[in-house]
Amino acid sequence: MGVHNLLGRWPAYRQLTGTDPLGRGRAAMSSATEELRPRTATADRVVKSVCPYCAVGCGQQVYVKDDRVVQIEGDPDSPVSRGRLCPKGSATLQLTTGSARRHQVLYRRPYGTDWEPLDLETAMDMVADRVVETRRRTWEWEHDGLRTARTMGIASLGGATLDNEENYLIKKLFTGLGIVQVENQARVCHSSTVAGLGTSFGRGGATTFMQDLQHADCIVIQGSNFAEAHPVGFQWVMEAKARGARIIHVDPRFTRTSALSDLFVPIRAGSDIAFLGGIINHVLTEEKDFREYVLNYTNAATLVGDEFQDTEDLDGIFSGLDEERHHYDTETWQYRGTEVQAPSGDVDELYARRNGDTESAEDHERIHEAAESETHGSGGAQTEALPPRDETLRDPRCVYQILKRHYARYTPEMVEKICGIGREAFQEVCDALTSNSGPDRTSAFAYAVGWTQHSTGSQCIRAASVLQLLLGNIGRPGGGIQALRGHASIQGSSDIPTLFNLLPGYLPMPHAHAHENLDAFIRATRTDKGFWGNMRAYFVSLLKSYYGDAATAGNDFCFDHLPRLTGSHGTYETVMAQLDGACKGYFLMGENPAVGSANARLQRLGMSRLEWLVVRDFSLIESATWWQDGPETETGEMKTEDVGTEVFFFPAAAHTEKSGSFTNTNRWLQWHHAAVEPEGDARSDLWFMYHLGRRIKERLAASTDPMDRAVQDLTWDYPVDGPLEEPVAASVLAEINGHGPDGAPLSAYTELKDDGSTRCGCWIYCGVYADGVNQAARRKPHTEQDWVASEWAWAWPANRRILYNRASAAPDGTPWSDRKAYVWWDDAEKRWTGHDVPDFVPDRPPGHVPEPGATGPDALRGNDPFIMQADGKGWLYAPAGLEDGPMPTHYEPQDSPFTNALYPSRSRSPVRQLHPRKGNRYHPSGDEPGAGVYPYIVTTHRLTEHFTAGGMSRWSPYLSELQPEFFCEISPQLAAERGLEHGGWATIVTARNAVEARVMVTGRITPLTVHGRTVHQIGLPFHWGPNGISTGDAANELVAIALDPNALIQEDKALTADIRPGRRPRGPALPELVAEYRRRAGITETTGTQEAT
Amino acid sequence: MRDDLFSGPEPDPARDAGHQDAPERVGFFTDTSVCIGCKACEVACKEWNAIPEDGMSLTGMSYDNTGGLGASTWRHVAFVEQPVPAGRTELPVVEPDTRAEGEAADSGMRWLMSSDVCKHCTHAACLDVCPTGSLFRTEFGTVVVQEDICNGCGVCVPACPYGVIEQRPTDGRAFKCTLCYDRLGAGQEPACAKACPTESIQFGPLDELRERAALRVDQLHEAGVTEARLYGHAPDNGVGGDGAFFLLLDEPEVYGLPPDPVVTTRDLGAMWRHAGLAALSLAAGAALSFALPALTRTKGPR
Repeated sequence: MGVHNLLGRWPAYRQLTGTDPLGRGRAAMSSATEELRPRTATADRVVKSVCPYCAVGCGQQVYVKDDRVVQIEGDPDSPVSRGRLCPKGSATLQLTTGSARRHQVLYRRPYGTDWEPLDLETAMDMVADRVVETRRRTWEWEHDGLRTARTMGIASLGGATLDNEENYLIKKLFTGLGIVQVENQARVCHSSTVAGLGTSFGRGGATTFMQDLQHADCIVIQGSNFAEAHPVGFQWVMEAKARGARIIHVDPRFTRTSALSDLFVPIRAGSDIAFLGGIINHVLTEEKDFREYVLNYTNAATLVGDEFQDTEDLDGIFSGLDEERHHYDTETWQYRGTEVQAPSGDVDELYARRNGDTESAEDHERIHEAAESETHGSGGAQTEALPPRDETLRDPRCVYQILKRHYARYTPEMVEKICGIGREAFQEVCDALTSNSGPDRTSAFAYAVGWTQHSTGSQCIRAASVLQLLLGNIGRPGGGIQALRGHASIQGSSDIPTLFNLLPGYLPMPHAHAHENLDAFIRATRTDKGFWGNMRAYFVSLLKSYYGDAATAGNDFCFDHLPRLTGSHGTYETVMAQLDGACKGYFLMGENPAVGSANARLQRLGMSRLEWLVVRDFSLIESATWWQDGPETETGEMKTEDVGTEVFFFPAAAHTEKSGSFTNTNRWLQWHHAAVEPEGDARSDLWFMYHLGRRIKERLAASTDPMDRAVQDLTWDYPVDGPLEEPVAASVLAEINGHGPDGAPLSAYTELKDDGSTRCGCWIYCGVYADGVNQAARRKPHTEQDWVASEWAWAWPANRRILYNRASAAPDGTPWSDRKAYVWWDDAEKRWTGHDVPDFVPDRPPGHVPEPGATGPDALRGNDPFIMQADGKGWLYAPAGLEDGPMPTHYEPQDSPFTNALYPSRSRSPVRQLHPRKGNRYHPSGDEPGAGVYPYIVTTHRLTEHFTAGGMSRWSPYLSELQPEFFCEISPQLAAERGLEHGGWATIVTARNAVEARVMVTGRITPLTVHGRTVHQIGLPFHWGPNGISTGDAANELVAIALDPNALIQEDKALTADIRPGRRPRGPALPELVAEYRRRAGITETTGTQEAT
Repeated sequence: MRDDLFSGPEPDPARDAGHQDAPERVGFFTDTSVCIGCKACEVACKEWNAIPEDGMSLTGMSYDNTGGLGASTWRHVAFVEQPVPAGRTELPVVEPDTRAEGEAADSGMRWLMSSDVCKHCTHAACLDVCPTGSLFRTEFGTVVVQEDICNGCGVCVPACPYGVIEQRPTDGRAFKCTLCYDRLGAGQEPACAKACPTESIQFGPLDELRERAALRVDQLHEAGVTEARLYGHAPDNGVGGDGAFFLLLDEPEVYGLPPDPVVTTRDLGAMWRHAGLAALSLAAGAALSFALPALTRTKGPR
């Protein structure tokens, strides 16, 4: 180095000789500053990925240097996110590389007081042994004389945070083992979405994609805190707003979503159907419906059988109610002279009728409890003949008139009384919606768990569906219903379901029936018209994927290998089975029920009765440690040394450490590539399931026991890769996609055959591996295509982005208007064309009338946009498929301060599903004695800064410091009434438990006037639990297990409670306080259970 | 020494600091009217710059548990819950008959959110007072602390008219937003602006941002949001124009921003001049006190 250079490193020299005599800039730069380069520029490689938090599915870029992840940020190419990330997405580096992650297998022996390290291979062998042994001991060939071929001794929970490929292996292996209690977060989050949207339109997914919201003229966000729970998706609402759309937020709380809306309408939690019913009534009485759309594309003109009686005729119940068994026989709900199968619904209802069986009442009851409303969530309904219609809509038995009568009493005054919404605000919403719907304008709805998590959750979504059909907003740009889902692949874990009642592609899991074979099963579940007519092809192709060459026409394609359902085996039913000692082994894979499921205390007590528990997660979540330092060890209800549960903790790999696909809330499958290998014992769930299955198959390979035959026949030959022997995820995706007899990948589900010559692991995903190319990994930048972005990733079905888009054109095939053109008939080419893949038979002319006797897709008319429906129409009225009525009706929540203003003698849904037992007591409601002990309404909610039950946020310092403590939001009026101080502590009490929370007094919560009196609402974020770096009580301690009968989803968005100043008691005094409240309220085992199952 | 080096308009601070081939001056325009308060900016900033966690306490100030800018918080989202001013469009509808007793007739909420950051002043007092040359003006016109130079003297801390820069107690050195100086050098945008889901934080050439901001204000005024105003954009303000400026929906004080900040070194030149004059006067006085008697002596009677 020369003297000049040496001198040049001396700032004073540079200052004196250079351009910066004052030494404030150039001259002051140090050599480190000169050499500064960002790690995004020095990385060895950049790996394309997808955010692992919510279901918006933001694109991520993972920067890797020396085989370590050094930075994760948004992918600017993504049409979903355009490079942006919310705080959680921005904290992904800390999530995946932070010190909170565990990398060693831990073992807690029965009655042990602490964890012990355990070798990964040994742990895998031990788990395989437990599964084999427990399965054998609890095997059940028959149940009440019917073949079931299953075990009820093992259950699993989790899947919505995992890849589609992982969900596929979980469902496949467990089904092969005869385990039916396979569930995931979709049950507790969006199961009612599948029932609600599926019965209305034919498929259980959001009808549109988030980016298309920018074309809406009005967006109603209700039952969703869009901006907080899906911040990056909310950019599309802001785009719409910037283009002049009117944004309306209807919610019990003024949230960050309300802050950005044009109109905020506070509503009493649990009264959404009354509000939506009011708008429906407004539309019908003012004749503001989009008549040409309604006449052609909905079942408005269809005549309903004369036996049907409405709630208005029967004081709050529909015809067909079996009071004793709390169940509707839906026969009287059918169209006149026709029997339709539901697109998504209680498809097993028709089993007996269609197969000429006379089943016992008990059989019937078992079936109706099984969340059948979700099956066919992607498909259509069944009609055996063209149902009679009245095109004038004047016949009193036509759907239009029935609907009109049903909602006639949902007046603005009634809305005001039930919801606490003033007439002016109500009118404003009605005007905004009706003036922004029609040929030239469209309105969209966006909702989330504020609608789904009610005992009437499915019907909340149905109500919006009815309204959007009346306004002609389905299948059109800027219209639709966006179901905002909350986990990276919760849509995928419904499509490739880790759900007990479904098989991949919304095929129903078979129920136990006498003499059931494949033909009888298909006969009962298929539809005659539409694409569910090909049910047999989908089903046989799945069986071929599961059982390979062992599945032949001669053995019904191994149909008898499938375990059978005998009622509800949902996650809450599993908790009951654990408490009763029937369920002995439990897998938790990325789900934290000890915090995240309703009645958290019962969840933990259930786990304490298990023989063994496997927890796979990043950190030691509450569901892994309840035996050691859980709330019950504090109250003395549980002693560590008395708990016999054997616990295995397996550290999970992060999304950056494995390849696979997430299905986001748009129904888009987006592939994320592994960036690095997982460290230590951390493994993907794909690895875990594959190697567990391999071990189990090895152990059973030589067995001659017939119960092991299904396991032996299960195909399980996935290629593995790398030092960890990671299964190749793309090979699983290829199996999901399916292939033909020559082994070549299929490109569409229309290629599936029912003769066993094709294999397909999930028929609605068929095409994702077309031409042997991973279509989910497509990443053409959004800047190089239109907003539909059809070359980014792959959407089910058939890469369609807006569902039912035939309805974006008028019956004659021309766009409704230039402004809203999307898909139309090209008369020269004799094909449907436009911006999206037409959701229709591509060459079927608009005026097509099928030949008499045509079935399946051939039976679709040229103006039947809802191609999965049995009649090709959108269902204003659901003649089948739902457990609790063909039309949404307002019922009060299970725990409510009010009686039903519409039907005072029928306050709650007569068919809601309850589980009254010790620890799950219900409150007195309305004017029942003792109701005043729990006078306030509680609603649970999310915060932007945290994620669900906290497993991916409460261990992150960057997220935890933003929302460090559990708090309750209350109004100044309630604070004054109960002596609560801002920043102080409050204890919130229900019959189930009590929690403490810091008090946040805020004008964002408004007391409402309902039934003429003031009611206060309390907001509780549900993210906290005792572990992690930000700790607090779990809101789910308070929530009862009270379920929607269609989807078995719990009601945690509206309950009642008391609130008092100060912290909750410690030790045994806590259960004593809760018991004292129950005594004061006079709660018994029958409280709140009247008119219920 | 020219006065305009300490205050008043200075069109090209980077060049004035010796960056001969300086690119366009860049900065932030934070449009708070579209901020959803998600705090992605706070987290993205911390992840990129590996800033330590900054306290785990519930402040009780709405959803703001960050409190303010500091050595370990370079982006801070303020949350302001307040009654709606009359005439606003974003009104929650509360019917008169549903109001609790005693509630004001115009009661309705609005929730202001705003992401604050170092203003990267045209006249940066922190930089001007820094005795070590740690704080410097970059070629992008931004103001950055060089951590390898900073000796933790803390002189910059009281110099900042916005209270942005601060010393980290565990370390002693001063820290603040660098406007992602390292990323800018590679042609990348700052982490916070990249993450921002609604483009509330916009990054770009300052002149372009100023134009865009003026248009946005006009647009909001036309839409009836008459309270929209810009803060810190004007080159003739007390700091010679901020490199990071804002569109606010209320008075700056509401967001915790000083209404009319002035660079604390504004009068430095004048002070030196006055001091020089005073010194001269003193010297002249002293000289006179010797000279006068001498003169008197020569002129006096013998």
